[in-house]
Amino acid sequence: MKAQNYIRLEFPSQSSNESFARASAAAFAAQLDPTLEELGDIKTAVSEAVTNCTVHAYPDCLGKIGMKLRILEGGVLEIGVRDWGKGIEDVEKARQPLFTTGGEERSGMGFTIMESFMDSLRVRSKPGKGTVVTMTRRIRGKSALR
Amino acid sequence: MNLTSDFESGRLTLYFSGELDHHQARDLMRQINDVLDELLPRECVVDLSSLRFMDSSGIAVIVRLSQRMKELGGRLWLEKPLGQPKRVIETAGIDRLAPVAITR
Repeated sequence: MKAQNYIRLEFPSQSSNESFARASAAAFAAQLDPTLEELGDIKTAVSEAVTNCTVHAYPDCLGKIGMKLRILEGGVLEIGVRDWGKGIEDVEKARQPLFTTGGEERSGMGFTIMESFMDSLRVRSKPGKGTVVTMTRRIRGKSALR
Repeated sequence: MNLTSDFESGRLTLYFSGELDHHQARDLMRQINDVLDELLPRECVVDLSSLRFMDSSGIAVIVRLSQRMKELGGRLWLEKPLGQPKRVIETAGIDRLAPVAITR
């Protein structure tokens, strides 16, 4: 589907970049005139996806994270977050609620929250090569409230 | 993310404000553990009314805090979650993960 607008960002997997990533996504999505709730949902999903890269893709080192946002026809926001890290052995298992291989600051609810807050979630991963998470959300916007 | 606290008659109130994500979660848990070790509260209330954002890292903090309160033989309440943090708490089904009461 042809994008009406897009941005591409790349940043290292420092945890301080989690807030930068979600603020950037919210700033880009603002052109769709989202409600506060929609903005909160976008920020949450981006925060979860980027945190997964920081914690799981590059557990012992810093690596590169790519984020691409596209606005598609019908006010659909597509968010892609990719890494070139260790990958996920079993994607289905990783998507189960409460499953985590992270430390005590992880709850295992990241994918569940992404799925709940977005309209679609696709995860492609190859062990040793990296992971791409692609999410879409149709933004109804403030006009839907009027 | 900022943490402040009050302690009175065995009841500890923790005030979370700002944004809580993975970047702050570990340091926040360490600060909370220090407060719990020092005060040994019987009740703990987490006031979320000034928290603007949290992701699943915040859920992990709440679950760990509830485990610590259980070890102390105490109880945990979440008070006044609003907006985005409230949606995350509801979506995660916090009541299935930890013995936590939520007051509005």
